Amino acid sequence: MDTEETTRPLEENSGQPVKEEVGSVQQPGRFVFSNESLKKQMRPSEFFAEKVITGVAFLSIAIIILIFLFVFRETLPIFSGKAVTKTEITPIKQETNGSSGQSRNDNKQEVYGGSEPAAPATKQEVYGATADTTKDTVVSGEAGISSYKEDESGAGNKVTLKGLAGKVWMPVSDRPRYGLLPLIVGTLKITIIAILFAAPLAILAALFSAAFAPRWMREIIKPAIEILAGFPSVVIGFFALIIMATFFQHLFGYETRLNAFVGGVAMALAAIPIIFTVTEDVMTAVPSTYKEASLALGASKWQTAFFVTLPAAAPGIFAAVLLGIGRIFGETMIVLMATGNAALISLSPFDSVRTLSATIGAEMAEVVFGDTHYSVLFLIGTLLFVFTFALNATAEFYVKGRLMTRLQGKT
Amino acid sequence: MMGATGLSVVIIIAVIVIMLVVIIIGGKDTISWKFLTTFPQDGMTKGGIFPALYGTALMVIIMSVAAVPFGAITALYLTEYAKESSWIAKTVQFAVRTLSMVPSIIFGLFGLGFFIKFVGGGIDKIFSGGQLIWAQPNILWASLTMALLTLPVVIVSVEESIRAVPRDLRDASLALGATKWQTIRKVVIPGARSGILTGTILAVSRGAGEVAPILFTGAAYYLATLPHSLSDQFMSLGYHIYIMSTQSVNVDQTLPIQFATTMVLLLLTFTLNFVAVLLRSRLRRAQ
Repeated sequence: MDTEETTRPLEENSGQPVKEEVGSVQQPGRFVFSNESLKKQMRPSEFFAEKVITGVAFLSIAIIILIFLFVFRETLPIFSGKAVTKTEITPIKQETNGSSGQSRNDNKQEVYGGSEPAAPATKQEVYGATADTTKDTVVSGEAGISSYKEDESGAGNKVTLKGLAGKVWMPVSDRPRYGLLPLIVGTLKITIIAILFAAPLAILAALFSAAFAPRWMREIIKPAIEILAGFPSVVIGFFALIIMATFFQHLFGYETRLNAFVGGVAMALAAIPIIFTVTEDVMTAVPSTYKEASLALGASKWQTAFFVTLPAAAPGIFAAVLLGIGRIFGETMIVLMATGNAALISLSPFDSVRTLSATIGAEMAEVVFGDTHYSVLFLIGTLLFVFTFALNATAEFYVKGRLMTRLQGKT
Repeated sequence: MMGATGLSVVIIIAVIVIMLVVIIIGGKDTISWKFLTTFPQDGMTKGGIFPALYGTALMVIIMSVAAVPFGAITALYLTEYAKESSWIAKTVQFAVRTLSMVPSIIFGLFGLGFFIKFVGGGIDKIFSGGQLIWAQPNILWASLTMALLTLPVVIVSVEESIRAVPRDLRDASLALGATKWQTIRKVVIPGARSGILTGTILAVSRGAGEVAPILFTGAAYYLATLPHSLSDQFMSLGYHIYIMSTQSVNVDQTLPIQFATTMVLLLLTFTLNFVAVLLRSRLRRAQ
């Protein structure tokens, strides 16, 4: 900063160092009035403050690095093959509602990959999903059978890369299997459904707010939509679980009450505010000369909005959608509560799904510290972290690089 | 086409209103002074949410104590000491933004791997000879985990308010012979006080609502006593909602309690956010 440059000459002109900070003026030898000594004169308090502040500022960088290191560190046993062999099945505490009798049964019978691989479907049975147990069981049963042979290698206590690519996620069983594929499919499904709802709604709403709404209306719309960002995700999850799930079931008449669709729509609610806010900011930043030129050429208001404002803001909108995807990817509570949490591979939006983040949230509390399951959950965490980091970095540099040159460089 | 854009706004706002109305209707009959001040009873099917409220309050206080000074100092660095174009400042800013993007569940994992296993395990090994005191989930680790999550909120808010302190004031102070640190202490920080407050409130509001980071760093299903030491577990409002709506013994029977708890959490975060918005708009008008 230039503040230092402004203070120094002043001191030199006055010929006498400013007396301040009682503690710092104690050494008599310091008052020699030459430029040389004045340059070297370092007030301890100033020096100290600057160093401390700079040091603390590095903390945020350190935290990011530490997060990566420590989340990754816990996954290392997988790669070194030193993971503790699981000796007993971790007790499953998390089932208490009406169906628990049946679920518990299923969990006990858990025969790997054979006719009854019901574990993933029943383990996290949440409220209301009771009726679906049978169906889920059947579906995951098929998946289990078809992938049985492929999974052979990864089925043991040691996790191999091939095992991680498997199609069955069944960490709590006699022969635990850690196929991440169903979780990845589940996450992608939720993300696609959520973004299909959130992106158009949020972008159109932002366009309305930036291009059509009069000033007074914009000042209502913006804070109103930002209220949504203030909803704790557990509240959105609760709403989806209790209200939305029942409503959609009546509306569409599907079987599984908690499914990817419900989770996706609820997730859209979480993604809308971030997409809206970023898009709106970018659209208001489009230079008014663009719009004026378009209007002067005889284009109507909506033509200007759709063919001038929207394209000009495109890179920013892209970044907004990326940020929205990042939000959806990492969100845990909503999916944990509203998607049914069955690790199936299916393309139907009306089947239960289990996402990467929900898997961590649901299972981490019950694993034995240091065993394979624990490490695999941390591996999932590492994947999530790396992915959101990449998304964020892409959004950031894309916006910086493209948008700023487009909007500022050329105007 | 214009209609479609307007319709989107209407849809979004309608959903918000429906959510609010449904939760208020569901919870308004259960909420009472007694509900807020009593313990859950009969296997959490009756009674109040006092320990959850208390735990949440305690957690956000510890969290603020950790997050606000660090956040404010980072903001000071970014505004007063760092040259805006320097790569260090850019890296710090990128780190802050990344931190705000990290999924909340990852903070939970980090809290488990770093605070509980590494720090807590280390403390136990050195001071208590392998006895398990700190190497398990407790309110301190949960609060610190939450502090990391809310750090960016504080930084952004304080940074904004520091940048709003007029340059003239700083120049005047420096011209009178004050040093940089004196200027910061006597001019910049007092000028940014409301921003620091806003940041704290926003952080508290965020921290009170988040559940994922405390899932396995300290939140407990049910505790018969309030936490009385930093190494105790605690109950929290958000976790209470999650656990009651997914894993309680009789979900239908406890539905009113769930709605009421959700309503309390919403009221809490909204009030805090509202105060923060008011403070911020007053700050903006003052300039």
